[in-house]
Amino acid sequence: MAHVSTLIVVLPLLGYLLVLVNGSRLSERQIGLVATGVVGLSFVASVVAFILLLHRSNRQVTVHLFNWIDVGTLHVPAALFIDPLSITMCLFVTGISTLIHLYSISYMHGEKDFKKFFLYLNLFVFSMLTLVLANNLVLTFVGWEGVGVCSYWLVSYYFDRDSASSAGKKAFIYNRVGDVGLLLAMFLLFSRTGTLTYVGVFAKAGSLSPTVATLVVLALLLAATGKSAQIPLFNWLPDAMEGPTPVSALIHAATMVTAGVYLLVRMSPVLALSSSGRMTIAIIGGATAFVAATIATSQKDIKKVLAFSTVSQIGYMVLAVGVGAYAAAIFLMVSHAFFKALLFLGSGSVIHALNGEQDLRKMGALQRFLPLTFPTFLIGWLTISGIPPFAGFWSKGDVLTNVFEHNKILWVVGVATAILTAYYMSRLFVLTFRGTERFRQVTHGHDPHESPWMMTLPLVLLAVLSVLGGLLDLPWIHHNSLAGFLRSTFGYVAPLHAQSTVSQYGLAAVDIAAALIGLAAAFSIWRSRSEDERLTPAFLEHVWYWDDFYDATIGRPLEELAVFSDVVVEDEVIDGGVMGIAVGISRSAEGVRKIQSGFVRHYALAMMLGTAVLIVFLVARVS
Amino acid sequence: MNVPASWYLVLAAVLFGIGAFGLLTRRSALIMFMCIELMLNAVNLTFVTFARTLSDIGGQATVFFVMVVAAAEVTVGLGIVVAVFRRRASTSVDELSELRG
Repeated sequence: MAHVSTLIVVLPLLGYLLVLVNGSRLSERQIGLVATGVVGLSFVASVVAFILLLHRSNRQVTVHLFNWIDVGTLHVPAALFIDPLSITMCLFVTGISTLIHLYSISYMHGEKDFKKFFLYLNLFVFSMLTLVLANNLVLTFVGWEGVGVCSYWLVSYYFDRDSASSAGKKAFIYNRVGDVGLLLAMFLLFSRTGTLTYVGVFAKAGSLSPTVATLVVLALLLAATGKSAQIPLFNWLPDAMEGPTPVSALIHAATMVTAGVYLLVRMSPVLALSSSGRMTIAIIGGATAFVAATIATSQKDIKKVLAFSTVSQIGYMVLAVGVGAYAAAIFLMVSHAFFKALLFLGSGSVIHALNGEQDLRKMGALQRFLPLTFPTFLIGWLTISGIPPFAGFWSKGDVLTNVFEHNKILWVVGVATAILTAYYMSRLFVLTFRGTERFRQVTHGHDPHESPWMMTLPLVLLAVLSVLGGLLDLPWIHHNSLAGFLRSTFGYVAPLHAQSTVSQYGLAAVDIAAALIGLAAAFSIWRSRSEDERLTPAFLEHVWYWDDFYDATIGRPLEELAVFSDVVVEDEVIDGGVMGIAVGISRSAEGVRKIQSGFVRHYALAMMLGTAVLIVFLVARVS
Repeated sequence: MNVPASWYLVLAAVLFGIGAFGLLTRRSALIMFMCIELMLNAVNLTFVTFARTLSDIGGQATVFFVMVVAAAEVTVGLGIVVAVFRRRASTSVDELSELRG
């Protein structure tokens, strides 16, 4: 067990080092295969660890690697914590990473910095696994920052493009704001419990006062809003689409952005102590889900639609966490990883076919030309829209059922979001694959071509997973499924009222109706047109002017402060002070130098007068 | 004939005054040297006078020191004056104002 779980983390790091050291001697394909291979092996190790864990009665294993920090009362080991939650994360992180690595070999073919791309990708997987498997908050924080910096590097991968480098900076800075939350939570917990390991904190969680618990939960929520792109820190994610599409699929859809949700779920025993904190989480999640969905309806860039969709779906997860439905959150996280990775990789395939074009208005009627991308994308679209029997229906249904029990208003918001989800995804689908051909200008009249097998194989596998993902947790076998497997790791699970079958079927019917309404609306509107000013209002297209708001309230005042510091503080106060002293000395020196006339007799006279004064003084003193 | 000490002191004061006046008014380095010698010797005279009136040999001993130092100073000073004169054919100290502030 210990060796296998260590391997999960070490293998991607090994791949990183191998490519780093031997990169110049390996060909492009070899680099890709090494990088993909280690992540694949890491997946195998995760599967083995998972099976071993299943056969244990005590499903919490701590693998101590070495003592990392040992100062005073602060003991931070570098240790792995394997329990149902972390192994679930490992499985889907490594699994999807493998597929996306494979996809990237072909997608990134011929890029100038091919090697760099895989280096960062492997380092990212290593950091993500550190984050997930760490047995204490400090080590999690290392992984947390690791994925953040890899995300930054990969977003600004095309750093010679101005927009890419500024998008990277934006992502980094937004994340930094969130990181403060995680740090504050750690400080608070350490000062109150004296330990930072998860097990230790949970054991002493009962001694936290309600106020402290609420503060910790809010700090964790701040961390989650940064990493998982929730209100108020969500705007970095759409900009992060400047990175290569596999990066968007892996980091900004499937894995890294769910780290915030993972953190909240991991800290569920602390969340259990603060109902007001959980309520805040639920409201933030619900609001984000809805706001992002409205924005997604008006985006013109295929990847931007998917980005806002990701924000919206993570909003669902956070909402689920807020109502104490942790299993539902993880279920949605896993199935979302399947179908959103599928959708992103599918959009990558479309973009690849159209020579890098991302504008929905220049697509259309691609169904005929992309025989594998089309059906897989179709599955992804139906899955996210919530059509049974695909994974999205079950996972979203699970979340909404839990929300319904807890808070009716948030449930209405959730259903409205589901309608919008079906609507914007159908719009995306119709504009891309149906309708009229609008891409001839982009392809210079040629027919678009399907991508090579390395890109389509992951699509097919992810499509299969999207279809079957619902089996992880069907509502009538909760005890013997993902939810049952995970249950032991949660500190508190909202009591699931024995719901009548009627109400369960009723809620499911509402979900299906919501999906169908969205689908029908989108098809009737977008089948015959590619743009419509009234349906994509500027307010939504410009993200509720959220960026402008931050610009006006934070950016502009800070800039003015900087200008003030430059012009007034720097130029006048500091420079003026220094120059004033210098000028003063120079002026007084001008006066003093007149004494130095250069005439010997002047000096002699001065000496004599001085002597005379001295004598007079001495004589006066004596007498 | 017994000359009172005050005469010597008055003479010394007059000599010192002449020397000081000369030092302040003349521009030739040589003349200024002579004035300085005059002042030094005026001081020497007061030393000797007091040595006698107070019966203290210390005053006379000091005079020797002053003479030695004066001789050494003249040697150096005249050397400088000769060197300057070689360069600019003038010993006017007013022209030597390179060190003016």
